[in-house]
Amino acid sequence: MAVTWSGRWNHVRKVTERTGPFAHPDFEPSTETLQFLQEVCHILVIGAGGLGCELLKDLALLGIRNIDVIDMDTIDVSNLNRQFLFRPKDVGKTKAETAANFINLRIPGCNVTAHFAKIQDFDASFYRKFHIIVCGLDSIIARRWINGMLISMLSYEDGELDQSSIIPMVDGGTEGFKGNARVILPGMTACVDCTLDLYPPQVNFPLCTIAHTPRLPEHCIEYVRILLWPKEEPFGAGVAIDGDDPAHVSWILEKSQERANEYNISGITYRLTQGVVKRIIPAVASTNAVIAAACATEVFKLATSCCQPLNNYMNFTDIEGVYTYTFEAEKKDDCVACSQKPQNISFCESDKLQDILTYLLESTTYQMKSPSITTAINGKNRTLYMQSVKSIEEKTRANLKKSLAELELCSGQELYVADPTTPSSLTFILQMGTKME
Amino acid sequence: MAAVTKSGLDKNNKYDRQLRLWGDHGQSALESARVCLINATATGTEILKNLILPGIGSFTIIDEHKVQGEDVGNNFFLSKESIGSSRARTATELLSELNEDVSGDFIEESPSNLIENNPDFFASFTIVIATNMDEKSLLQLGELLWNLHVPLLICRCYGFIGYIRLVVKEHNVIESHPDSTHEDLRLDRPIPAFVTLCDSLDMSSMNKKDHSHTPWLIVLYKYLQQWKDSHGGELPKIYKEKSQLKELIRNGVLKNKDGVPEDEENFDEAVRNVNTALHPTSVPSDVQKLFKDPACLNLTSESRPFWILTRAVKDFVEHEGKGALPVRGTIPDMTSDSERYIKLQSVYRDQAAKDVSDVTRRVHKLLQELGQNPCSISEKDIKTFCRNSAFLRVIRCRSLKDEYNPETANVTLIGQHLEDEDGDDVVFYTLLRSVDKFYEKYNHYPGYYTQQVESDITELKACLSKLLQDWSLSSTVKDDYIHEMCRYGASELHTISAYIGGVAAQEAIKMITGQFLPINNTYIYNAMKQSSTTLDL
Repeated sequence: MAVTWSGRWNHVRKVTERTGPFAHPDFEPSTETLQFLQEVCHILVIGAGGLGCELLKDLALLGIRNIDVIDMDTIDVSNLNRQFLFRPKDVGKTKAETAANFINLRIPGCNVTAHFAKIQDFDASFYRKFHIIVCGLDSIIARRWINGMLISMLSYEDGELDQSSIIPMVDGGTEGFKGNARVILPGMTACVDCTLDLYPPQVNFPLCTIAHTPRLPEHCIEYVRILLWPKEEPFGAGVAIDGDDPAHVSWILEKSQERANEYNISGITYRLTQGVVKRIIPAVASTNAVIAAACATEVFKLATSCCQPLNNYMNFTDIEGVYTYTFEAEKKDDCVACSQKPQNISFCESDKLQDILTYLLESTTYQMKSPSITTAINGKNRTLYMQSVKSIEEKTRANLKKSLAELELCSGQELYVADPTTPSSLTFILQMGTKME
Repeated sequence: MAAVTKSGLDKNNKYDRQLRLWGDHGQSALESARVCLINATATGTEILKNLILPGIGSFTIIDEHKVQGEDVGNNFFLSKESIGSSRARTATELLSELNEDVSGDFIEESPSNLIENNPDFFASFTIVIATNMDEKSLLQLGELLWNLHVPLLICRCYGFIGYIRLVVKEHNVIESHPDSTHEDLRLDRPIPAFVTLCDSLDMSSMNKKDHSHTPWLIVLYKYLQQWKDSHGGELPKIYKEKSQLKELIRNGVLKNKDGVPEDEENFDEAVRNVNTALHPTSVPSDVQKLFKDPACLNLTSESRPFWILTRAVKDFVEHEGKGALPVRGTIPDMTSDSERYIKLQSVYRDQAAKDVSDVTRRVHKLLQELGQNPCSISEKDIKTFCRNSAFLRVIRCRSLKDEYNPETANVTLIGQHLEDEDGDDVVFYTLLRSVDKFYEKYNHYPGYYTQQVESDITELKACLSKLLQDWSLSSTVKDDYIHEMCRYGASELHTISAYIGGVAAQEAIKMITGQFLPINNTYIYNAMKQSSTTLDL
């Protein structure tokens, strides 16, 4: 039996048991709405970090009791400035379990189930359990993956989308004093891949700058990270850089300083070194509170219809005053993830397989991370190139230098591409010409 | 700043992610801050949470109320066991758990009592944050803090609406960290050492490697000289001229023996930067305003460092600077060999240092003339001021008294917004003022009691009409909004409190650290549309 006391849900009930002129047209005020929130509504929170801690609190204090949370990380000291469900004594423990325990203790009746796992560890049968999924992720790859998973769970009848197969996804992201919140109805509104061009590409310095003409302290640090460390293997053969290990960072700092001295470059500090090595993004409690709150409000709206949901993307920044900008991101007609349209790519017979790979990696439309390509030739499955399994990678690496003609590929050929950014393979149709452009 | 937390954690590590935003000096300011919260409502505790986590020095909660069932329902920092006991005490206990290095205490008293019996109590706070105060007490508090020069942040959440009002007489910002800025390259009035450097390089005699690694800034300067020589010493101004200059630069790209242009990234960069690099060097209008401000022109022995520094820079601009601010001293990264880039960078750095020493001389002279301690403004502060001289900002908020007095209220602005057909959020400001009038009359908020919602609608409408009358505004407010306000019945939804908790906390951090630009002076959040409005009331 759920724990409750007089007046506990007074604040929430005023908007669930009363209607108003700005409520959703489908809204019917009722005592059953709160009951639904408490007993039936099942929400998944992805991430138990800066956004996740806030989301769990927000959802619990709106009356939602059945919440699952997934996070693959353990707690670090640098999380404590904003991930408020964690204390110094919790450093090293898993985020998901620590967060769930705190919420369950503080909010009587709330039942958060923790999963110390990656989102990729679950399949459609798991995700199908939820009414709404809300994400507080720190990776675009992960966002695209869950986006792809929800899209794969859509069912179409005679080309018509079965609306009951839609699981809304509310997604939040923050960086310093900026953030965004969006509502995605997979199959119906703009999905993550529809708006891939909204995500700025990562800053990577050209290798020739790093190797030959360093000018900034960052160039010196990248030199040590990319070139010197693999050469000198200072902590043992095959030992990779651990940005959280002060010994590793100090070694990189020292070597970076040496290189900087060589070129008369100033500005190397421990903080800068660690920032470059770990690609640290600054973060504060306030921005996470704002974005998580906006997301949780949208979850509440979607679950209760008490109000029209965000349509569908909001940007926030409070560097100069406070500014938000809300707009409707458009669903892309030929989106690789949600349009169900075949993706045509054009190459010449003489192009190499590597050219297709490079295109998939660098094109702003696809921005893949490490694609593997298979196809069917004369009815038989053939792996053209696969990165995910080392032995197969070694075997198929030679194919990268072969031309498409050599590989017996023809125009109209279907290529099946697997990538960390998507849970299921994507189909590309190869259009081939004989002449060079 | 102490290096370790109470339990021995490395503070540089714990606060790493925020130190990258406001630096060690910003963190020091935070750790010296004393914050006062009036009323441990959900909004109040959410704001405090976002100040305690980053490490403010201490907080004090003033709240005379006992914890009620509905308080625990929306407030993460109250427990059901605390029902009936002091709300201030429980909130202080649970908030204190968030950060071992922050000390918190509480006072179980009404703010009005304190204002009347112990007004100096508030003088020692860095900032006061007020939630859920009635209009009368709020105006009392506003007056007191205005005279004490203590900033006040008023926050409230009402249904799907959030509201923040900053009240501060004057707030100076040196490090506003604007999001996008023009580089300070001075191509229209080149630094003498820059000219010397450029003149020492002859691009026509360079090998391919040096040619394609010559920084675009130097390339652009050389082609600008060419242009000036053939255009009577004038710089390109209109679009057509800039296009011609770009063409000139493109033609300068080395060609291989077949006449095909080589790949010269630096020339591409030069072309790309023509428009912005030709932006004339000038003192931004915001800064010019400061130069004309009485606080800058009429320095006294009481003048604060900010204005003394402003005056020194103004005088610099008029003399050594020849109409320009101290050189910022930084240049963007650009394709170049290391040696020439560093040389180029040094040109700007050295000039900046020279300008800083000119300004420093002026600062010391002013301090002396004003009878102030010559050490009161450090070298570091002067350097920071000069580096940020293009981004200086000053906020002066109107007082609460002026906002609430119908004779001085900003009725023109309010009227304009109310006329907006698109359903502007300022209507909710007028409704918040109206529900306060309602509260004054009936001692509860409209719609608080479910049985009275309908009759409250009529009464609220009357309060609104009276308010509009006081303002001499003939605007009308759709009944829909009045209904919606009564629907809310002063409910404080946690997620609205959490949102305002984040926004308000960052405004407080801006006030405490003196970095980034605060609102001036009212912020309205509409969670139905996920929209924001800022206005000066």
